[in-house]
Amino acid sequence: MKIKKFFYSQKAAPYVFVIPFILSFLFFWVYPLCSTVVMSFQDIGPATSEWIGIKNYSKLLRDPTFRTAIANSFEYMLGTLILLIPFPMLFAVLMDSRLVKAKGFWKACLYLPALTSVVISGTLFRLMFSEYPTGQMNVITSALGLGTFKWLKMKSTGLGALLVTACWRWTGVNMLYFLSGLKGIDTALYESAEIDGANSWQKFRYVTIPLIKPTTIYVLTISVYAGLAMFMESFMLWAGPASPNNIGLTIVGYLYNRGIQKNDLGYGSAIGLVLLVIALIINIIQLVANGTFKKEER
Amino acid sequence: MKKKLLASLLSVAMVSSLLVGCGGGSADGGAAADSGAAAEDGAAADDGAAADDGAAAEDGAAAEEEAQAVTTVGDPNGTHLECWSFVEAHNTFYAKMVDKWNEANPDRTIEVTFTTYPYESNHTKLLTSLQAGTGAPDICDVEMGQVPNVYEGLDTWLYPLDDAMAPYAADMLTSRLDAYKGSDGKQYGAPFHVGATVQYYNMAVLEEAGITQADVDAVVTWDDWAALGEKYLDAIGRPEGKYWTSVDTGGVDWQWIAMAEYGEDWTGGSADATANVQLDSVKKMLTMEQEWVNSGLAEVSPDGHVDLEAGFQNILDHNIVSFPKAMWYMSRFINYMPEEKGNWYIAKCPVFEEGQNCSVGIGGTGTVVTAQSVDPALAADFLCYAKMSPEGETMIWEDLGFDVCNTSLWSDDSFAHDESNQYNTFFRNYPYDVLNEIKDQIGVVMTTPISPTINEQMCNVTLNDILENGMDVDEALQAAQDIVALEQ
Repeated sequence: MKIKKFFYSQKAAPYVFVIPFILSFLFFWVYPLCSTVVMSFQDIGPATSEWIGIKNYSKLLRDPTFRTAIANSFEYMLGTLILLIPFPMLFAVLMDSRLVKAKGFWKACLYLPALTSVVISGTLFRLMFSEYPTGQMNVITSALGLGTFKWLKMKSTGLGALLVTACWRWTGVNMLYFLSGLKGIDTALYESAEIDGANSWQKFRYVTIPLIKPTTIYVLTISVYAGLAMFMESFMLWAGPASPNNIGLTIVGYLYNRGIQKNDLGYGSAIGLVLLVIALIINIIQLVANGTFKKEER
Repeated sequence: MKKKLLASLLSVAMVSSLLVGCGGGSADGGAAADSGAAAEDGAAADDGAAADDGAAAEDGAAAEEEAQAVTTVGDPNGTHLECWSFVEAHNTFYAKMVDKWNEANPDRTIEVTFTTYPYESNHTKLLTSLQAGTGAPDICDVEMGQVPNVYEGLDTWLYPLDDAMAPYAADMLTSRLDAYKGSDGKQYGAPFHVGATVQYYNMAVLEEAGITQADVDAVVTWDDWAALGEKYLDAIGRPEGKYWTSVDTGGVDWQWIAMAEYGEDWTGGSADATANVQLDSVKKMLTMEQEWVNSGLAEVSPDGHVDLEAGFQNILDHNIVSFPKAMWYMSRFINYMPEEKGNWYIAKCPVFEEGQNCSVGIGGTGTVVTAQSVDPALAADFLCYAKMSPEGETMIWEDLGFDVCNTSLWSDDSFAHDESNQYNTFFRNYPYDVLNEIKDQIGVVMTTPISPTINEQMCNVTLNDILENGMDVDEALQAAQDIVALEQ
């Protein structure tokens, strides 16, 4: 009876339900985060860990490879922001309009790549972008009379290959976010706009875009982080964290290289924390600029 | 009542699903959590670096995807051991040796479970389990490039093999054993092979171009060798896509040969020495390679080096007809290029100046016994029996085609000239004849904690800059030295 009373108590029940989350949050998130902070100030040896102050960080500042990694991750992130927000939004609007037939089919097609393992798709893209004349991209460029390219050995084409892989994979996912945002817009607004004589563009510009803003901000926030934290795509495209002239090296790729491959977890932790700080700063600036923290917005 | 039961079941389900959900997604929600899960899949499932030997394996320019295979062999009543490798052929070899061991040692029988992981997983799993202090296998293969990482823990992680190898040590090539010693001087790894570099020549194609075996034998210096290459290219009319050799951007074999010939070592030779990549030998080799690429004598190896599928295809297409590589590359001919039987001739590597060393031991697998083993002494005895005894070495030569480290066998006619051995019949000459000839001219380049950094910088940046982008050798080496210095 006591147990029953406990579960039916309006005061206790909410805590019981949140406890699993709190526990796993503490155990799988707060603890590792704190321990990463501690480890980033240490030299982690086989048996002992030595406190070395800010040596890991001062080395990071002087490390040109780390700068390359940051630059690559930034370029990739900017590229995905430019490609993976407007286009999925456009597709979502199309899917929501009466212009497209067989919407379910197109939606499924666009979403399908997200269900494929990156391991498989990355390997396929690697083969497509291979430097041999028989690689798919080289077959296409030679047919167009442009000759063959060493796609994954040059900076520009390497980044291009990464962005193609990212677009192929994430367009459908972002489109679904926007679609769900569009469903939340009251059709009466469009009708009244029509009565006021608005054309399609004006309706998109003055009704759709402002009302879909919360979704856009959400997509922007996760894209900033996902772009900076990208690892698998580059790992698969170059069959490992190493790439010619480090053109495919990302921050997480460098973290993996230092922390796991070279067994220097202290330095790896410092890299991870720098990534966290960068992502936090960008997102906080972005969210403040977008007014997310103002009360009236929601 | 039923309703209540249902309700409580539902809440249990809800609570547990919450727990599961949080575990995966608490980090960052949405798309990011998704990619996190994918990253886990990837690390566990993929990236088989095919190159089992060679410094080049470091770069991870992987070729084949190797499926994980688990087998258990031996006496079910014996001591149970775990063994990991990143090459299935190694495990197959150990498995055969388990049976021999059990026959010879009925009072100390063993049963071993063999697991083959991809290159990357084998080493990261081993390192993680050693660091964690639990979960490591009894015996594990460690590739040369990973040796500095794994040996870092010395005897807190690994079990020294000195006692176990005592019966065989006298016959083993000392320089090879030294390569697998820890910084405390104890022996932690058992080698498979010498990995002596030799020059491979496609005699069948050269003869069509009017070049004889005597011409090849007359080659002493790199200049002789390049001149022979020019002669060959002239004879075939310099068609597009045909070259004398291919130089590597994804491996440092050529630089190792150059260092061994001049007796230099860019690691400085020991763990506490200062590394210096701006060596004369390295500069000379790189300058020479760059000239060859510019003059059309050499191409840059497709995908980076010859020990990859693209390299095998290049050899099969006769796009290149001569290159230096360690002796273990013979097994690549047997496994991937059987059509080439009877075509190839093995000779000494050219040198810069007459009288220099003409070979260097490259790559290798230093198999270790971990301190976590259930019976480290037994595991070590078995390991040394398998990899160092004459029985074991004979099987290594027959099955794996390696140039074994037990020098007492090199001049043994029934071993070195055995006509039933597929390696002896595949090539135009007996591989061990070449090995005996260069016996005293095999140099050493050490693998120390700085080696992974040097290899990585060379394979990712420096060699690409010099050979692909035509950068000035001195400038590229200065940039490499800056990176290396940062790590010391």
